[in-house]
Amino acid sequence: MIKTDALIIGAGPTGLFTAHQLNIIGLKCEIVDNLDKIGGQCIELYPDKPIYDIPAVPECTGEELTNNLINQLKPFDIKFHLNERVDEVKNEKGYWHVKTNNGTVFYTPNVIIAGGVGSFEPRKFTPKECEQYEGKSIFYSIKDKNIFKDKTVSIFGGGDSALDWAVELSANSKVNLIHRRDEFRGAQSTLNKVYELEKEGRINLFTKYQLKNPRGNGKLDSIDIQNENKEIKNLKTDYVLGFFGLIMQLGPIANWGLNLNKKTIEVDTEKFETNQKGIYAVGDICSYPGKLKLILSGFHEGALAARACFKLARPDEKYRFEFTTSSSSILKRLGKKSD
Amino acid sequence: MPKITYVENNGKSHTVEIDKGLTVMEGAIQNNIPGIDGDCGGSMACATCHVYVKEEWYDKINEKSEGEDDMLDQAFEPNKFSRLSCQISVTDEIDGLIVDLPKKQ
Ligand SMILES: Cc1cc2nc3c(=O)[nH]c(=O)nc-3n(C[C@H](O)[C@H](O)[C@H](O)COP(=O)(O)OP(=O)(O)OC[C@H]3O[C@@H](n4cnc5c(N)ncnc54)[C@H](O)[C@@H]3O)c2cc1C
Ligand code: FES
Repeated sequence: MIKTDALIIGAGPTGLFTAHQLNIIGLKCEIVDNLDKIGGQCIELYPDKPIYDIPAVPECTGEELTNNLINQLKPFDIKFHLNERVDEVKNEKGYWHVKTNNGTVFYTPNVIIAGGVGSFEPRKFTPKECEQYEGKSIFYSIKDKNIFKDKTVSIFGGGDSALDWAVELSANSKVNLIHRRDEFRGAQSTLNKVYELEKEGRINLFTKYQLKNPRGNGKLDSIDIQNENKEIKNLKTDYVLGFFGLIMQLGPIANWGLNLNKKTIEVDTEKFETNQKGIYAVGDICSYPGKLKLILSGFHEGALAARACFKLARPDEKYRFEFTTSSSSILKRLGKKSD
Repeated sequence: MPKITYVENNGKSHTVEIDKGLTVMEGAIQNNIPGIDGDCGGSMACATCHVYVKEEWYDKINEKSEGEDDMLDQAFEPNKFSRLSCQISVTDEIDGLIVDLPKKQ
């Protein structure tokens, strides 16, 4: 069990700057995110797009913004728990017990939800029947590619992940690549490679087809794919991989007893606290009259929520407002000399 | 104001008037139509505003944006009448447009 002053759910821009604000005032925090990388929407949805409305930064891309925020956290010792989704938040004697899908448990007086529009999860195949094979023969990400050796693998999708894996797995497996249209959106060089491998008979390409139905008796043995004219083909296959990108899902957050408004959490604008004492919501996921879903609003909200955390984390101390330019205690936390 | 009809997957239909200049996605959000999420606010980054345009309307609405098809690849059960409703602008020409909503976003 990990004890900390505040736990932040979500490593998007809001979660990152909130961590900064906590550490500046001397509170420790840890951050959990379901993604495999830091940066939330900025890194997952638009790493290369320029942003023009970050105060005092005339222009920076989603990735640059993320890197700058990470750099700003360098002076502090903050533990990130990536690839983990927070599933449970429970109160025990005034403390929050927070549990992730990997079984990590946190014990903290303050939980700050900076969850954006929810956690990023892979988009899945449509047919319900796919669920029973999920994690056994149907996958949305690859943990151990060795299981595919000398097997038949059917890969669905038209982006880089689908193309890259088709090329890579074709070395040791029989590969079917299936996509709902003729054009692919992956890198041209990879696409050329796919066409080459198709000519050599190493990859079977099926365009304008989508998955209709998995077949098997407990164990997957083939799939039906269907095109727009409702023609069906049956392909023998051992494994199926789907690469359809990620979707943001509110998911477990909906079950924590918080007042929700559509897909957002209602907060006050003094502490950004929810209807539960010690649980705050900041950034895209919070709602209050006049809320703007902008990065700069998330920064402000995080700064106030961090101050609110102080009271619960240090009940016997008094919070003092200080500037970073002049406070010797803040400069010490930043590892800077004060004059 | 142009009228747009959204038909939910369960058959329930909603006809609403939408200000010109908005998108079909924004019109749905403002009118609380269930079945369109619009998570990315219309920046073509989420595919949660996916709709099927009624066949007779498909050629009458503005053409697909660059990259729209790439995003539609990620939508739930796309077909040849699929569009991202955040890329359809509301004009007088599309007064009467009917879109069907997918089973889920
Ligand atoms: C294409 C595009 C362009 C944009 N352009 C601008 C712009 O120019 N200016 C601007 O100000 N804003 C812009 N935005 C909006 C901006 O990106 C968001 O306001 C910002 O990312 C919100 O930050 P956040 O930290 O609140 O949430 P997010 O960035 O969404 O991060 C939330 C994180 O929380 C994680 N999470 C959620 N639930 C859980 C859970 N249960 N367990 C673990 N992790 C969880 C998610 O995986 C995610 O990584 C744009 C958005 C898009 C899509
Ligand atoms: S609202 Fe996100 S793609 Fe249309």
